[in-house]
Amino acid sequence: MKISGAEIFIESLKKEGVKYIFGYPGGVVLNIFDFLHDEKDLQLILTRHEQGAVHAADGFARATGKAGVALVTSGPGATNTVTGIATASMDSIPLVVFSGQVPTLLIGNDAFQEADIVGITRPCTKYNYLVKDVKDLAAIIKEAFYIATTGRPGPVLIDLPKDVTSAKADFVWPDTVDMRTYKPTYEGNRYMINQAAHMIAKAKKPVIIGGGGVISSGASKELKELAEYTDIPVTMTLMGLGAFPGSHKLSLGMPGMHGTYFANKAIQESDLLVAVGMRFDDRVTGKISAFAPNAKIVHIDIDPTSIRKNVRVDVPIVGDVKKVLQTMNKVLKEEVKEQWGEVRKAWLKQINAWKTERPMSYEKDTDIIKPQYVIEKIHELTRGDAIIATEVGQNQMWTAQFYKFDKPRTLLTSGGLGTMGYGFPAAIGAQFAFPNKLVIDVAGDGSIQMNIQELATAVINKLPVKVAILNNRFLGMVRQWQELFYQERYAHTKLEETIPDFVKIAEAYGAVGLRATKSSEVEPVLKEAFSIKRTVFMDFVIDWKEKVYPMVPAGAAIDEMLFREETKKSEKKLKAVK
Amino acid sequence: MRHTISVLVENKFGVLSRISGLFSGRGYNIESLSVGETIDPQVSVMTIVTTGDDWIIEQITKQLNKLIDVIKVVDMTELDHVEREMVMIKVAPRQEDKAEVLRIAEIFRGRVVDSSQKTYTIEITGDEKKIAAIVELLKPMGIKEFVRTGKIAISREGIKRP
Repeated sequence: MKISGAEIFIESLKKEGVKYIFGYPGGVVLNIFDFLHDEKDLQLILTRHEQGAVHAADGFARATGKAGVALVTSGPGATNTVTGIATASMDSIPLVVFSGQVPTLLIGNDAFQEADIVGITRPCTKYNYLVKDVKDLAAIIKEAFYIATTGRPGPVLIDLPKDVTSAKADFVWPDTVDMRTYKPTYEGNRYMINQAAHMIAKAKKPVIIGGGGVISSGASKELKELAEYTDIPVTMTLMGLGAFPGSHKLSLGMPGMHGTYFANKAIQESDLLVAVGMRFDDRVTGKISAFAPNAKIVHIDIDPTSIRKNVRVDVPIVGDVKKVLQTMNKVLKEEVKEQWGEVRKAWLKQINAWKTERPMSYEKDTDIIKPQYVIEKIHELTRGDAIIATEVGQNQMWTAQFYKFDKPRTLLTSGGLGTMGYGFPAAIGAQFAFPNKLVIDVAGDGSIQMNIQELATAVINKLPVKVAILNNRFLGMVRQWQELFYQERYAHTKLEETIPDFVKIAEAYGAVGLRATKSSEVEPVLKEAFSIKRTVFMDFVIDWKEKVYPMVPAGAAIDEMLFREETKKSEKKLKAVK
Repeated sequence: MRHTISVLVENKFGVLSRISGLFSGRGYNIESLSVGETIDPQVSVMTIVTTGDDWIIEQITKQLNKLIDVIKVVDMTELDHVEREMVMIKVAPRQEDKAEVLRIAEIFRGRVVDSSQKTYTIEITGDEKKIAAIVELLKPMGIKEFVRTGKIAISREGIKRP
């Protein structure tokens, strides 16, 4: 029996096991929306902006590991998804985004609400399609999910002209996908793995750097096994936080620009870096030529282009992190004879000395609210059992520094693109995936205003999402740079005069608004918020002067750090660096 | 260093844009690019001439391989291969140079493919050096128009098809 393209779309998503589509209607997708109206198993979640829809799908994907799905209309609906798609692309998040398109015959005519979204998204998708014949639709959807979720994951866009959604065809769902041009490498080269294992055994000062690839390949267990068996300290990049327990004794916290002193020190002093599912982003490496000067580098990644893109690599291993680590652990246990107990003791002793020398800390205050205190309290009250989303800027870095992420898929944050406005819709997406989990978005007063309209989505769906706004009346991270590098000229970062009343905004949307202005009010406000099964905005009016420390100035080596205690002194050093 | 890279791709719309977008988006240089169908009409071959140090060329070949529509990437520069390019040159010589133009064309095994009262159009095939040489000789005669196909290359053993 022949069915319409719109029905094929719905049947295909059901075959893929999709339950939620985040989206927004419009003229050319009406055929699909009309069928979704009566649909019970496949729910469309109406966001209030298409960017919100894609971030929500992204948050769903990060929290679950499954592909997130979004559906929008043509033209502005499609272009509004670009930031969300680019965010997912930079962080290797599996998404399948469907955009409506004007009827095939009108394509290229500058029709109403026409945009060449396939052309626009070509550089920020893993792949994209324009469906020209309804007979291809089911196979394309199958292939899109396959591409999005395999290899190095990423977003895929499917552009659906209106006439394709109304045209009819038999529904034929392919059992498998086999593409001659796309065959990711999963098994690492055995010779390289052996070589790496022997280097690990012989190294005197090894460090493991894990990234988002550990999470996407589900390799937390294997990574922990490697670290514990070989006694190697582990630092996790922003994207990797949670993949190795932050409270583990071998954990060094995050490296890089706002990383810990001891992580950066360890990297710079190391004689072997084992990079696992990470891509040596400039925020991690600082000045490349001064990065880990004495270290040999073993780099495990599923994407060959990540290897030797930014740093020299001695042992490249292309493959799935989980599979490679399984083999490596086996080789280490069965074939490697070296003893590393004694040398490792000396190295860990050195690292502990650095930890004692400069632990992660902040100036406590009994009156004014310190943002780090809010994060610490959130961690304490949730006992780490929550999904935390962040916006971008200081709020994001304080969360990364002071919340000890122990489990993978508990941090949703825009690492690569650094998208303000990401966290709140992402938290909404994650809450749909885990309705009974505590989902908290840590926001800033700037970021939250970038997708604040999603309050409507949260309230109407009765989502108990919590938003903790660290309100410093500034675009804080930019202000921090202006303070340190632009002689305190706060060009367009001061929001004070126009900051809205977040409590009233929450209430206007039908959510709960709470506020804390003193340190003593932080805990009661958090407790109250966590006890309410509704959407809650918490406005924490924090110390506006607070900065994110330590900090590696742009272009400096990662051990040329600025510390809170010595800002004055370091400012001199800073000038020297500049 | 200059590299000639041969890329077998799916013959679909949008593929050229993916390849050229990769080069422009990552700041790589394209000196010449030629595209054509292979014996299999579903497959096209692109010959790209680019420059860069070893790091950049390694990234270019990896990034090309990563594109979903790419079947195979071969850096011809690493192989024993033959490169050719065709140019057509429209020359408008003075009366006294006309014989010289034809003589040069003959020496270079070019063919006159069109002539008018004032011009000759010469077709020349060859490698880079040969083309540079004839251009050098014809320049003083008055080159009016000049078009080239971009380089194509083939390995001496023959590229194994997947």
